[in-house]
Amino acid sequence: MASIIQAASLSNDEVLRYSRHLIMPEVGMEGQLKLKAAKVLCIGAGGLGSPLALYLAAAGVGTLGVVDFDVVDYTNLQRQVIHTTADVGRKKLDSAAETVKAINPFVQLRPFETRLTSENALDIFRDFDLIVDGTDNFPTRYLVNDACVLTGKPNVYGSIFRFEGQVSVFATKDGPCYRCLYPEPPPPGLVPSCAEGGVLGILPGLVGVMQATEAIKLILGKGEPLIGRLLLVDALGMRFRELKLRKNPDCPACGQHPTVTRLIDYNEFCGIRGEEKPVASNVPEIQPEELKAKLDAGEDIFILDVREPHEYQICNLHGYLIPLGELPQRAHELDSSREIVAHCRSGVRSAKAVTFLQQAGFRKVKNLAGGILAWSDKVDPSVPKY
Amino acid sequence: MKIHIPTPLRQYAGKKDTIEVQAGSVGDALFALTTIYPDLRRHLYTDEGKLRAFVNVYLNDEDIRYLLKESTPVNENDSLSIVPSIAGGSCACCCACRMNA
Repeated sequence: MASIIQAASLSNDEVLRYSRHLIMPEVGMEGQLKLKAAKVLCIGAGGLGSPLALYLAAAGVGTLGVVDFDVVDYTNLQRQVIHTTADVGRKKLDSAAETVKAINPFVQLRPFETRLTSENALDIFRDFDLIVDGTDNFPTRYLVNDACVLTGKPNVYGSIFRFEGQVSVFATKDGPCYRCLYPEPPPPGLVPSCAEGGVLGILPGLVGVMQATEAIKLILGKGEPLIGRLLLVDALGMRFRELKLRKNPDCPACGQHPTVTRLIDYNEFCGIRGEEKPVASNVPEIQPEELKAKLDAGEDIFILDVREPHEYQICNLHGYLIPLGELPQRAHELDSSREIVAHCRSGVRSAKAVTFLQQAGFRKVKNLAGGILAWSDKVDPSVPKY
Repeated sequence: MKIHIPTPLRQYAGKKDTIEVQAGSVGDALFALTTIYPDLRRHLYTDEGKLRAFVNVYLNDEDIRYLLKESTPVNENDSLSIVPSIAGGSCACCCACRMNA
């Protein structure tokens, strides 16, 4: 990273504000001026981005760029602590900017209300000294990495899953990049996401603050940053392990003979076809209203619930529970002569169940379109959505 | 020796976070693991029997790619870590839509 040029001076207000930094030899006036001159780009104002932006603002990073195009959702509040209940429905960028300003009016916040893409990433990155990746999907991670390597900016990486996290610093001059660790993304479907697997609310807090810590260390030029080191966090066991990361001399992005010379189509790289319908179109479906009408008419319908037991406890349609993963072993419990309606949370897992049962010879099986979420929307709003 | 199972794969390994196996090499240890828990196989290996590129295996704190890969010898005090790539977050990419049962 190019050396941060110190800002010229601190006002009396700033000296008082940052006094706890100034009295530490590791920061001091020199360090605080470096923080003031630093320009850090935060990709995402969500789970990881929240603690990141909060702490970088508090620390006095002079310019904070934030990239986010999303809107605050009620389910975000469990972990995205930069947003409050009153912000539900607002743009995350507006909410984050307001909180940052309230914490530290000396911070200049530069909002980028856009999805980060191959078309805009290089231009956006150019004005910043380092990038902190708080994104939530594989294509963007590879995009951020490649753009960091191409622009010569360090990539402070953090990622989470349920109660486990990873932190490292990629794309420094002599250190590895993300592709040195993971040359290829997983094919879609092989690694579950947060919305599907859940996430312990505190986890992005823990990992996000570690990212903020690494960003500050890089700016100050102090301590030992996680370059060439992958920190693994297991929040349930409260265990921290460290693995060595090496710069791969054959890395297509940062190796001796790089083949990544420009940004590519990362969705394609990750094997995602944007237009693909999530549910196979030949899966027979029944709409929630139709099911309701049949049940009210006294028809004999067998409701099969293919969710997990802990989901059944949140809400259910009194269906017979066979989690999708157990269906192959337990399909014999079902009577193929009966009319079966399979459901899950949103209609996706149950579509797979229907396909499986059809292949097993079941002729009278249908998928509840939209799952229990759609049932709540269209038939019975007293059923909680989750 | 111990094998650390990462969170995304614990559901295929009897919900355990570490498994003990007897083995003389990394390859043997992974073979033992996928024999006890066959569901892990497709998550760790391609159809051609190669370790998947987005799954890293570490012997203690060293990536086996920089050692002798699956031929790396191990002893009973060693531990293997399986470290898959994770991205957290939304259904934008690796979403339930395409999740295999």
